Amino acid sequence: MERLSYTLDAPIPAGGTKPRAIVGIVASGNLEVLLERVLAPDRCTVEIATAAHGFGEVWAAVVADFVARRGAGGLRIAINDGGARPDTVALRLAQGARLIAGDAP
Amino acid sequence: MRDWARQGAARTARIAAGAPFARGKVVAASDLAPFLEAVLRPGDRVCLEGDNQKQADVLADALAEVDPGVIHDLHMVQSGIVLPSHLDVFEKGIARRLDYSYSGPQAARIARMLYGGQIELGAVHTYLELFARYFIDLTPQVALIAAVSADRDGNLYTGPNTEDTPTVVEATSFKDGLVVAQVDRIVDRVPRVDIPGDRVHFVVEAGKPFYVEPLFTRDPGAITETQILTAMLAIKGLYAPYGIRRLNHGIGFNTAAIELLLPTYGEKLGLRGKVCTHWALNPHPTLIPAIEAGWVEQIHCFGSEVGMDDYIAARPDIYFTGADGSLRSNRAFCQTAGLYACDLFIGSTLQIDLAGHSSTVTTNRIAGFGGAPNMGSDPRGRRHPSEPWLKAGAEADPDTLAPLRRGRKLVVQIGETFGDGNVPLFVERLDALALAEKLDLPLAPVMVYGDDVTHIVTEEGIANLLLCRNADEREQAIRGVAGYTEIGRRRDAGMVTRLRERGVIRRPEDLGIDPLDADRSLLAARSIKDLALASGGLYRPPSQFRNW
Amino acid sequence: MNPAFEPEALSWYEANARQRVAALVDPGSFREVVGPEERATSPHLALFDLPEQFDDGMIVGRATFAGAPILIAAQEGRFMGGAVGEVHGAKLVGLLRAAKTLSLDVLILFDTGGVRLQEANAGETAIAEIMRALVEARLAGSRVVGLIGGRSGCYGGGGLIAGCCSALVVTEQGRISVTGPEVIETNRGVEEFDARDRALVWRTMGGKHRYLIGGADVFVDDGPGAFRDAVRDVLKAPGRLDRATLDAEQSRLERRLTRFGASTDAVAVWSALGIADAPAVPGLSTKAFRAIATCRESADDAR
Repeated sequence: MERLSYTLDAPIPAGGTKPRAIVGIVASGNLEVLLERVLAPDRCTVEIATAAHGFGEVWAAVVADFVARRGAGGLRIAINDGGARPDTVALRLAQGARLIAGDAP
Repeated sequence: MRDWARQGAARTARIAAGAPFARGKVVAASDLAPFLEAVLRPGDRVCLEGDNQKQADVLADALAEVDPGVIHDLHMVQSGIVLPSHLDVFEKGIARRLDYSYSGPQAARIARMLYGGQIELGAVHTYLELFARYFIDLTPQVALIAAVSADRDGNLYTGPNTEDTPTVVEATSFKDGLVVAQVDRIVDRVPRVDIPGDRVHFVVEAGKPFYVEPLFTRDPGAITETQILTAMLAIKGLYAPYGIRRLNHGIGFNTAAIELLLPTYGEKLGLRGKVCTHWALNPHPTLIPAIEAGWVEQIHCFGSEVGMDDYIAARPDIYFTGADGSLRSNRAFCQTAGLYACDLFIGSTLQIDLAGHSSTVTTNRIAGFGGAPNMGSDPRGRRHPSEPWLKAGAEADPDTLAPLRRGRKLVVQIGETFGDGNVPLFVERLDALALAEKLDLPLAPVMVYGDDVTHIVTEEGIANLLLCRNADEREQAIRGVAGYTEIGRRRDAGMVTRLRERGVIRRPEDLGIDPLDADRSLLAARSIKDLALASGGLYRPPSQFRNW
Repeated sequence: MNPAFEPEALSWYEANARQRVAALVDPGSFREVVGPEERATSPHLALFDLPEQFDDGMIVGRATFAGAPILIAAQEGRFMGGAVGEVHGAKLVGLLRAAKTLSLDVLILFDTGGVRLQEANAGETAIAEIMRALVEARLAGSRVVGLIGGRSGCYGGGGLIAGCCSALVVTEQGRISVTGPEVIETNRGVEEFDARDRALVWRTMGGKHRYLIGGADVFVDDGPGAFRDAVRDVLKAPGRLDRATLDAEQSRLERRLTRFGASTDAVAVWSALGIADAPAVPGLSTKAFRAIATCRESADDAR
């Protein structure tokens, strides 16, 4: 497993008040994203454990775009990755941000 | 004095040599190998029928069993290298030279054999150009074909999978070649005459149906959210604005997603009756919900599809059917229809370079072309106008006087920026170039040339290459939808922004599409079982697609 | 999980474990125990350089169902095929022991291929502990209902646990067995069982067949609404596990063997049950199937 970690300035705070949310499944080509509202609202950390080695540059780009475009401020995000493609990663991150911002369980 | 009828005499001799194995025209299956040794000659040009769907499998196996001491150096001219026996004949020295079109299932083995020099390659063709060459310089001396049934006069019933048979027989039989057909059974009277008996010289009763690959069945259960997003982009960003009524779809999951979104997402957009009404398309099971919802007026087919026969027979207003009620398919006609009478082709590929060239070749796999390069090209001989064709032509060439301006067929490549195993769709250099160098080919096997491609659709958006005015813009438009691939990450961000402002690149949000709405609940059928239910039980999926 | 989904629009087969739980119980009532934020992951997978899942593929907690408190467990069939490992198993053992202590009924949403190969000893032990805890909870009066309709079916130890349940609710896609198709083919040959013949797999192990021979109690459509209705009905019956139950089940199994022991295929079993057009059974809609399934073998309390 390769472990990656990013700490970013987050221009948009996460919406809603839910303390945490989780989306996705660890399976081939898929991933789970656990989001916890534990940081200052202008910070975001992302920790990744991935089965696919050598994609650090791509992860950095996906994570940076996500934090720039979606409400990610205040979130500690942990990812278990089963070798998902970047488009799937971006989708799960966006789903996670929507889920923690929503009022529904 | 020149003898002007040597070919006819040669055929008469072949028939005489085969006669001892036959009662009338009927040869016993057990005698097939010695029969073939009797009627074939070393160096013959042989068409062994088989494409990406139906296979003359019994004749293929028999050909692989002939004695290479007797029959050797054959020149195979055939649509498909699909069955193991198609390559066994080269390994055993029965055949030497090959001109063909499609080799999907044998892609790895044919690559090894080509690299190893076991096959002398003429060329890899599209279906239509190989058919064309059957009538010019690759006319078969012997054709080994497949049908459902025959009568004792050799009249053949090819059933729903007629496909290449009329073309192969036409080229062979009318140029004094020999036609041998395998059939499931000999009957007193065939349900309809697809091939008249005077064009068929021998018939073998195989006692089983010819093999058909269910190549056009896509399980809706395997369609991903990203594929659904690309399908939404295609429908809202291409089908709707161009008003695409006449079209062909490739066989990937992205286009299957489009088919399954028509009755849901397409309906919501109010597009029924305005797009996707006339098709050159195999009987895709994933189109059933759209047909049932009244989207489709008619479909002409290259071949049939396993399990679809009863459904087709029950929908004769939609499909082309014969007097017996079953589908009449014809690959040559349908390829021509796709080329000249469709305004859009959309399909997936494995690699796209910065000029927009695409290829399904990787260094270890040579899958051939099939029909895609023909579908995915702009026909220079087209003269009839249509709204999408004129609109695309105007986008490409706004300055020319309209009555003198060619229209453009829309040729769309659709896919996710990364494929299976995280392999990027976009590359600096196609593997096809490495292959051409390795095999010393004058042409790299390019599936769709960049100058034919009009749009590229990925989850990041749509690049409209018609609107690009130079190679730089074209490259940045491609990079601008290449997502997180290396090609995409190395974009000129400023130029991509300007291209987006001009509508050359359109993002999901530019089209009013939220990527988070790309959900499997949008699919009109989420499983093969749903398709069977949507067909009212008429579609009978093959066992490998069932989970009930 | 996905608020865009109406429960009716959700396929049980496609849904993940969290979606199933959320859609099954009273809206918003689920409270997870040892949730993903506690990161109680497998201690074994790292040794094999395999990715972990924060909940180890097992979700347990409490909720209300039709207003009454209940305990619930759900396996994630797409994480390692829903296979049972040490933590995964321990969470279910704990839940079943809590059921006995709290006198609550339990729903188990099965979706498993059996024991996780990478932690086989721990997994096998967990299966045994689960079965013991389940039986003890039942003896104390709790009802334990199994729901089966996921991608991975209910195989291996999962099939054994299911056999111990008070009642089983199954869909057409749901499969119940101990030995899986591939294992049978590997050990007995393709002549015995062709694992690639999916129609054969489903007519031998799938929901319709299990329902017809009394291997499952309720046959439902592939959606949480259908499961909810079935669970509501099943929970109306009194919980019972005693000597009389087991004696009755024993004689029922003996009778089943006499009736169908000579059949070599499920279709023959269905014919022997008195179904006129047995080969048509797999193609039938749920409604049509229920109508002809009145002749099925009964199933109650044990199987």
